[in-house]
This record gives sequence, C-alpha cells and structure tokens, in this order.
Amino acid sequence: MSTIALHDEHNHDHADHGHHKETLISKYVFSMDHKMIAKQFLITGIIMAVIAMGLSILFRIQLAWPDKNFPFLETFLGKWAEGGRIKSDFYLALVTIHGTIMVFFVLTAGLSGTFSNLLIPLQIGARDMASPFLNMLSYWFFFMACVVMMSSFFIQTGPASGGWTVYPPLSALPTAIPGSGLGMTLWLISMVMFVASSLMGGINYVSTILNMRTKGMDLWKMPLTIWAFFLTAILGILSFPVLVAGVVLLVFDRSFGTSFYLSDIVMGTTILPNEGGSPILWQHLFWFLGHPEVYIVIMPALGISSEVISVNSRKPIFGYHAMVYSLIGITVLSFIVWGHHMFVTGMNPLLGGVFMITTLIIAVPSAVKTFNYLATLWRGNIRFTPAMLFAIGLVSFFISGGLTGIFLGNASLDINLHDTYFVVAHFHLVMGSAAIFGMLAGVYHWFPKMFGKMMNAKLGYLHFWLTFIAAYLVFFPLHFLGLDGVPRRYYAFTEFEFMKKWLTVNIFVTWAAILAALAQIAFLFNFFYSIFKGKVSPQNPWESNTLEWTAPVEHLHGNWPGEIPTVYRWPYDYSKPGHDADFIPQTVPFSQTMSSNLPHDFEGNAEAEKIQQDWELANPVVQNKG
Amino acid sequence: MSLRKFITNKTTAALAVLLTVFANTSAFAQNAAAAAAPKVDMGEVYKSVIFYILVFLAVCLFIAIVGKALKVYELSREAQGKEGGINWNRVNSSLFALFLVLGLYGVYWEYTVHGAMLLPDAASVHGKRIDDMFNLTLIITTIVFIATHILLFGFSYIYKYSAKRKAYYYPHNNTIEKIWTIVPALVLTVLVLMGFLTWRSIFFKVEDPNHKPLQIEVTSEQFKWSIRYPGADGIVGHKNYKLTTASNTLGIDFSDLKSRDDLMADEMVIPVNKPVKLILNSKDVIHSFYMPHFRVQLNTVPGMQTIFEFTPTKTTAQMQEETNDPNFKFLFYCAKICGAGHYNMQKDVRVVSEKEYEEWLTKQKTYLNDDLRKQFNLPVAPAPVKSVADSAAKDSAAVKPNQMALNK
Repeated sequence: MSTIALHDEHNHDHADHGHHKETLISKYVFSMDHKMIAKQFLITGIIMAVIAMGLSILFRIQLAWPDKNFPFLETFLGKWAEGGRIKSDFYLALVTIHGTIMVFFVLTAGLSGTFSNLLIPLQIGARDMASPFLNMLSYWFFFMACVVMMSSFFIQTGPASGGWTVYPPLSALPTAIPGSGLGMTLWLISMVMFVASSLMGGINYVSTILNMRTKGMDLWKMPLTIWAFFLTAILGILSFPVLVAGVVLLVFDRSFGTSFYLSDIVMGTTILPNEGGSPILWQHLFWFLGHPEVYIVIMPALGISSEVISVNSRKPIFGYHAMVYSLIGITVLSFIVWGHHMFVTGMNPLLGGVFMITTLIIAVPSAVKTFNYLATLWRGNIRFTPAMLFAIGLVSFFISGGLTGIFLGNASLDINLHDTYFVVAHFHLVMGSAAIFGMLAGVYHWFPKMFGKMMNAKLGYLHFWLTFIAAYLVFFPLHFLGLDGVPRRYYAFTEFEFMKKWLTVNIFVTWAAILAALAQIAFLFNFFYSIFKGKVSPQNPWESNTLEWTAPVEHLHGNWPGEIPTVYRWPYDYSKPGHDADFIPQTVPFSQTMSSNLPHDFEGNAEAEKIQQDWELANPVVQNKG
Repeated sequence: MSLRKFITNKTTAALAVLLTVFANTSAFAQNAAAAAAPKVDMGEVYKSVIFYILVFLAVCLFIAIVGKALKVYELSREAQGKEGGINWNRVNSSLFALFLVLGLYGVYWEYTVHGAMLLPDAASVHGKRIDDMFNLTLIITTIVFIATHILLFGFSYIYKYSAKRKAYYYPHNNTIEKIWTIVPALVLTVLVLMGFLTWRSIFFKVEDPNHKPLQIEVTSEQFKWSIRYPGADGIVGHKNYKLTTASNTLGIDFSDLKSRDDLMADEMVIPVNKPVKLILNSKDVIHSFYMPHFRVQLNTVPGMQTIFEFTPTKTTAQMQEETNDPNFKFLFYCAKICGAGHYNMQKDVRVVSEKEYEEWLTKQKTYLNDDLRKQFNLPVAPAPVKSVADSAAKDSAAVKPNQMALNK
C-alpha cells in the first residue's frame, strides 16, 4: 500500500513510531491520526445534526397543525404519538434532545472537534496532535455520549424532557415529568462523557498549539482559525468542569437523596423530605458553562469564516490584530456574563445590573469583528465558492442575531422577553444558524484537504441559497411571536385566544423549516457522493496561503513527507502589490518576494530592511505599492 | 472520446434541454393531475407520506436534469472554444443583490404587518419605561441592521471576482479600528446606563409608608396558580410547606393570626393606579409568572420567595376600548418549562377602579374554613379574635413550623 511506502519516506523523522502496521481497525476505527479523527468527528456530527433536525421537524409539525393527526408519526413514535398526535410531554422531550444534540454534539464536538483536529496540526506545521492517544479517546468518549443520549429514545419513560438546560427540580423529580426518570439519568451520564471528551480534546489542542508550531510560526503568524480554536479550547477547559460539578450534584440529588438543588417541595400533597437546597444554584453552575458554551460554539465558526473570507476576497483579513484581540476579549468577558440568563429567575436584582453591564460590553468585540469582515470584503476580488457564500451568510446571521442580543442583554427589556420566542429567534440566528454556516463553510473549504476530492460547487450554491433563505424565513417571524408575549416550549397555541393569530405564521414557519431540512439533502448527497466520486482535488484548490495546502493531497501519517515546511510570513498576503500572483504562501521567504516586500514586514529587523533597501536601489523599477 | 463527442453534440444538448422542459412540465402536470383528479377524498392523498416522497423525488429529478443540462451547456461552450459557460460569480453576486432588495422589503413587511400584531402599549408605570427603552433600542439596532446588510451584500455585489482586477491590499488601519470600537462602546454605554437605571427603578423601590402596596401572593404548582389576598390586615400570613394537606393545599399556617383572614380568589383583580406587590412562590418545580401586558415576569421558585412590585395604569375596560377588542383581557401565564401542562397554565387578571375592587373583595371567601379550623384546633364558630389568638399560640408550639421570613 502506498501509505506504507510513504511511511518509510518519513521514517527518519520520528523513528520512535516504530514499525506499526495499519490495519482496518487502526486506520478507520481506533485511529490516532488527527485527520481521521477529524473525519470521525465530522461524520458523527453530521449524523447527529440530521437526527436533531428531524426532531425539530417533528415538533414543528405539532406546532403548525396542533389539531390534526399524522398517522406516520404513530408509526415512528408509537405510544408517544398515539393516534398520530405527539403527546405534550414527548413534545418537551423532542425540544430538549434537539437542543442538547445541536448545542453539544453538533456545534461543539462536530464543529470544534472536526476543525480543531484537522487544522491545528496542518496549519501550525505539526506531524500530529501532542497526544494522539488522548485524541482518539476524545472521539470515542464523544461517540459513547452520542450513543447513550440516543438510547434514551428506546426506554419506557422516554428521553429527558426538562429543556436542554435541565433546570431542577423539574429534572430531578420523575414525578414531575416522566422524562426525568431514567431518561434524565442517561442525559447526565452522556453529558459527563461528553465533557470528558471535550476536556481531552481541549487540553490536546492547547498543548499542540503552544508547543508544536513549526519553525517560524510565532503566535502572530498563526491563522485566525488557530487563534479561534486555541481560545475556544481554553474556554472549554475552564468552563466544562463546572458543568460536571453541577451534574454530579444533580446525580446525588436524584439518586442519593441529597438536597443541593431541592427544598420545600410538595408534589400534589406529597411533601418531599429535601431541605436547604436552592434550584438557583444549578442555574449558576449550568450557565457558568452555558454561556461560555455559546462562544465555544461561535468562535470556531468565526475563525473559519475569517480564513474563508480572506482567501476568497483575495485580501488580507482587515485588522488581524484587532481580530485576535477581540477574540481574546470575548474569551475573557464570556466568563462574567452568565447571569444574563438569570435576570428574572429570582437571582438578586443587584447582580442583574452587574451582568447587564458585562453583557453589553461583550457586544463591542463582536461589533469590531463584524466591521472587520465588512472591511475585508471592501474592494476585494470576491470568488463566490460555496464556502464563501456560507461565510457571508454567517456574517449576516451574526449581525441579525447579535443585534437582538442587545435587547436580551438589557435586564429591563429581558423582563418581558425572557423565555419567549424572541429568545428562540435570537439564539437560533446568532448561535444556531451562524455556527452551522461556519461549520458548512469549513466543510466546503477543507473538504479537498479531508478527502482529496472536490465537492460539486453548483449543488453547493443550491444548498446555500435554499438554506440561507429558509433559515431567515423560519427565524425572522419568530421574533414577533416573542414580542407578542408567546412563551417558548409551548406544546400548542390553542389554549390562548391571543396566540391564535400566530397559527398561520406557525404553519408558514414549519413549511420553511421543512424546506431548510430538504435543502440539506443537497448537501448530504454532495458530501457523500464526492467522497467517492468527486473530482480529484489539486494541491491548493483555493490558492490559499496557509500551511495545510503545502501538505500532499494523499494523506499520510505525519502530514508532510520529509521536513516540515518553515514559515516566514503571516498567512494573509493576498493581492500584495508588486507580486505577480495574488497570493504568497506562508512558506515563501521574503528573499523570494523582493518586489513586494513592505517595510513593516521585517518587524524592525534592521539587517533585513537594509537588504531590502539595497535591492530596491539596485532594481529601480517603478513600483506600484498601492 | 466518443462520450465527449456525444456530449458536445449540439443535438444532444438540444435534446437535453427539451427533456428538461418536458420533465418540468410533466412533473407539474402530474402534480396538477394529482390535485385535480380524485376530488372525492383528496385529504387522504395529502396525508399519505408516499405522496410527499414522490413529489420530493420529482423535484430531485428535476434538479438533477437541470444540473446535467447546465453541465452539457458548459461543456459545449468549452468545446467550441468560447469563454467558459456560466459566470457563477456573477450569478451569486447578483443573487446577493436581489436578496438584499427582497430582504429589505421583507423586513419592512414584517415590521409593518407582524409588527402591528404585538402586545399593546404597557399598562403599568414601569412598563412605559421599558417600552421607551425598547423603542430606542429598536431604532438603533434597525439602523445598524440595515446599514451593515447593505454594506455586506452591496460589497458582495460590487466586488465580485474579475480576472482583470486585483484586490486592494489593505491589512489594517488603526484609526478606523479605534472609531468602530469606540462608537459602539459609546452607544452601548448609553443603553447600559438607561437599562441599569430602569432596572433599579423596578427592583429597588423605596416604600412609602403612607402608600403601602397591595400584597398579593401567587403560588404556582403543576399546572395551576393559586392567588391569596391578605384580607383586612393587608398582610398575607405565613405558610409552611410541611403543613400541606388535601384541604390546605397551600400549606397556610393558620396559627399565624395574619393568615386567618386571607382570601382566596379565582382571578386576580387589582385596583388601577395602586402599587401591587406580588409575592411569588412555587410548590413543586420552577414556574415563571409572566404578565406581559404589564411587562412583569419573575420566576416562582420552590423554597424561595420572589417579589415584583408594579402599578397598573389602565383598567380592563380602558384597554378594551384602546385595543378595539371587547373581549380583551389581561392574563398571566407560565413562561418557564414546567411539565406536560406548561402550555396551558393561565389565569385572568382584571384591573378595575378602586370602588369595584373593594366590592369584589367582600365577595371572596377566606382560606380558613371549618375543616381547617378543626385541623388547627380553632373554634369552628367564629369566635372573638383575641381568644383565637391565645389558643393558637399554644397549639403552634406543638406544630413547630419552619416559618419562612416574609418581608413586611
């Protein structure tokens, strides 16, 4: 096999690798190669996304036609949809599992897991992750978490149904809702495994980025993708353990009779023995992760879109340093804003005021990022690859959803908007759609790197336009439901006179959601078809500067045959005046681009500047340096 | 190579296009036929999954044919040595421009049509401040929303790829960066300050001893609300969840004198222009007391009391006139996921004049009934309050309730 031959070629680079033979299992199943693990994360993520999307269609059907029977639902769901109508507690289970899967399994593991694994070693010039074994474990813990979560659909009492935030006491008392029985236990087990997976991944990403960069790759020469993954991993490492702490306490409350979250509870007339706990404690612990979590979701997407927008605008990303500093700003601030989820939960109102201030401050770095994207597009030479379309879509969603965050971050306005459809619309745009678009941009952009094949661009266009339009059609009208005081997680709008006027909107939204779901078939077909039958990709299909495109198309363990390339410049030298091509890869030394070097390229290195000056004197060509 | 010849053949191309048109029309014809023919029980067809799968497959087929036709067209252009087929950069950039125009219209439509279906103006003092701030925020964000989208899609349209052009190398400009850091920061500072002051005015009220707010206690449980009025003393009495029984569902501690005159009510009736202090708590799980017309929301938490004070400014009758809806009524309902019946957990609210309120109040029954008197060892026949108090003091020692502190 070719891989064995290639392995020999770079054997001298890491002799300690020994002479392990690749079997089917070590290559595709328990692989320790970061590229294979990335693919495993991606495909698992895609499968979970399809499941979660399917769940959303089920509950959208219920919302649109609350008084109609759909016999096929009974076929699939059995007693949870007796007579073809979804039951109200199962409706809540659907919402809960949809949220959990999307937030954790798709947008955290599927996004961060895929692209951190794929790009970190390739873009910083490393042979693999710092600990390939830990990396493999990270995937398998994630996989088990998925299996356990899905298994809750096959038990008598059904999956967890207290909302994805699983607030106790609802989630702690099986008498309150059937889903809080075994289903909730499985949810908690799954979550612990998921956090273990995230931590192993995160620690690996951070140590790889800090220790294994190739020669010349200082921190300020890293692509923004790497910065985003790096800061995301730090966020995860610092916040996920708090969730585990919360989860463990909840397990104790549920199974061992402790009272961390429970007190003064009477179910009907049954007085529970728990005393002294506080349900608010869970909310603090949960949102201490939960808020950083939304940045864990969006930051990799922003990193990916920075790279994609720059490459396809054929322009350096505007304000590289500002982009990094705003990411750092978001990272730091995201730890002190969790309380904005709790303005009206009975938390001390004094805290509400403080959290409002920190929350609105975090809008500043987000605004800076948006403006920088716009400035990057300005006077670019934009190639509308599918990846670029999705990146532009991301910016649009990020703006739309970000702006509604200014309403919700304001404690006074939140009083009337909290837990309404306005919130649903807000986070589905800013973290749902935007992050999914970031992920799709990444898939279209790095598919050639992952599989050595090209995806079909035209199907990509179709996929983008249908999804983009449908997503707006779904989420834009939902804001208005919220402004009319319609709460989220309502099984039906039939019991309130004032909600009846929204029924037609609900039908429209459901059709739009179905359109969006069907559009994904274009993607799924394109994705799986191209893996096998796609056109073979050239070495550097997007004419990009970053290091991963210098690695051969044919995958090999260790990424580069021979030596790892050295890096000389930042990754955004696109359309540099004085250079003939409109891109200069990071591996090209300044000595080869004398005609396009700019004074600040040398970062104050007097000797280099002198050489450049001498060259310019010797070659008095009229230079147009824009 | 014969395949290539076949593809580049003009006749084949023409055939492919014809086929597309045919497939297209026939697909529509099929749909039309399906819609027109069995007028008897169309409902069954629309309900069958197969029908939708077939429609979807037809659409897929159509897309596949269009795709092939496009490919044929491009290959034939290429074979004839003409400039490459369709300029997808132009197509996509034009679509962005189109999306911008249609999108802006869509936003306008949403703002005017759906925007007219929203909650009426706030019916409380603090609600007006919230509304004002909402409007200010809405104006600012709408301007930013439209401006940034015009730039985003406008740039996408203007700067589409051209082989003749090179992008403008413009890596940074610190002045611009500073401007668009400071301007949003300033705008947000204004919003934060306003929000902060409004928030303080809602939750940190200085109580005027001459105008004590009317206390109303609301207790939530799966899936209903119980309302308790304080009675003549103006203070709702103690509760202790451990006293909960089938006849004393709220666990009211009747050994507390203040509890004995507490009234139960089916709906919340409040006098207009008088401050109301809502004392919220929950028996089982967390619920949320949401009364959107007054811009009031606060979670009800088991084991903890939450308090929201507000002043209604419009009576129900006034509101019916304003909204032109004789059936209009104020409501409160649950906004925090609480179980299977979450979607139907509501109570009516009636805002009336002071006089009507006093009248209504006299008709309400006390929570304390003969059954409960027996349970708490109180004389069944209404006795002078003083002796009741004495006997209660003795009995309460035996019960030893874990009393909650209540702000009085």
